Amino acid sequence: MIKSLDPRLTRENIEENNLIAPLTPMDNWETYEVFHQKKRGDQHMHVGIVHAPNPEMALLFGKEQYGRRSITANIWVVKTANVFASEYDDADMFETTPEKQYREAGGYKVMDKINKYKKANKA
Amino acid sequence: MYGNAYIDPNEKANAMIAGEDPIKLAEFEARIARGEKIEPKDWMPKEYRKQLIRMIEQHGHSEIIGALPEGTWITRAPGFKRKMALMAKVQDEVGHAQLLYSAAETLGKSREDMTNDLITGKSKYSNVFNYPAFTWADACIIAWLIDAGAIINQVANAKGSYGPYCRALDRICTEESFHLKYGHDNVVTLATGTPIQRQMVQEALTRWWPPIMHFFGPSDKISQHSEILMRWKVKMASNDDMRQQFLNMYVPKIWDLGLVLPDPKLKLNEETKKWEYTEPDWDEFKRVINGGGPCNAERLAVRRMAEERGRWVRKALYNATEKYVTPLA
Repeated sequence: MIKSLDPRLTRENIEENNLIAPLTPMDNWETYEVFHQKKRGDQHMHVGIVHAPNPEMALLFGKEQYGRRSITANIWVVKTANVFASEYDDADMFETTPEKQYREAGGYKVMDKINKYKKANKA
Repeated sequence: MYGNAYIDPNEKANAMIAGEDPIKLAEFEARIARGEKIEPKDWMPKEYRKQLIRMIEQHGHSEIIGALPEGTWITRAPGFKRKMALMAKVQDEVGHAQLLYSAAETLGKSREDMTNDLITGKSKYSNVFNYPAFTWADACIIAWLIDAGAIINQVANAKGSYGPYCRALDRICTEESFHLKYGHDNVVTLATGTPIQRQMVQEALTRWWPPIMHFFGPSDKISQHSEILMRWKVKMASNDDMRQQFLNMYVPKIWDLGLVLPDPKLKLNEETKKWEYTEPDWDEFKRVINGGGPCNAERLAVRRMAEERGRWVRKALYNATEKYVTPLA
């Protein structure tokens, strides 16, 4: 029997070799991805996962795990299985090229023309 | 390995990378060298995965087991405010374990397997938690100095290469700073209190000093193995460097309180700026880590009891139509 400094544990009469059956897959359920919004107006940000048997409990665990210290306005939970993600190996599909400046604000420069026009029409 | 298209598996120095694709390995190492993070679905060397799982998992187990000696003191903490604070701290530690297990899970080891390896004694956890917290002062010394050591280790590892581990550690470090302040406040209260309180905290410090010196582990052997782990940013600082950093930050704070450390050799060498100390008893360290410590049996028995008694609840909530998917990040 375990004789602990903690009287509560000693009272439990725990055998020292209390071998138990190993945990089997899904004993800790599936996972949910948690999204946390700090305050109204902010984006929800992915903060991590929780293991839960259903969405309601995922929300409860998400609140404890990710909302108990920091300011929180709202959280979302989404089953990991329901997230469809791009592959890091395909990251090149997000690359842009210099000739695509037509879709950026910096690709438009008009001051030269304006100054030239003003100068020519000053007289 | 850069620019070397062939990895000789018979070369002893290559044992950690034997069988790896040299091109992928070079890309992987270049990414780390550029300061980029590795994410779960990226290609990674088998040994990188293995070492990270082992490290993160043990870190998670340490948080869980570490909650036991401290949890013991919740009901007996002096005063309502300290009970509430200790409860919050213990809840944090258990929460840290969840974050760490989640990070390890992204590498492909299920949480059930990690728990199984803990309760059968296959996986290790921080050796300090195999020692008992005899008095309230022991709980205070743990909260201050063990958490201080943990922060040094975690701040270093937060700059590592594996994204999910770094993210978990950033969150953990923020919470640990409250633990450190809380622990320091408690130690200062005892050290500046009545002669009996002072004696109590001195005795606790004397008891905990050897485990604290063990905390960062023995000096690292300079080997190809540790060199690769450093290059892969799995290991971020040598055990001795972290121990020096700890001594540098905390010995003066301990001495400020007029407390005595049980090591007559302990002093700062003004020339080398390094701390000198009596070499910790590493045989004792090995004996305890391999199950011979005062609390090893109790810690695991309690953990097994908790797991077994919660099983019916987890089963009752289990929905057989669901299936497990490895978390994304």
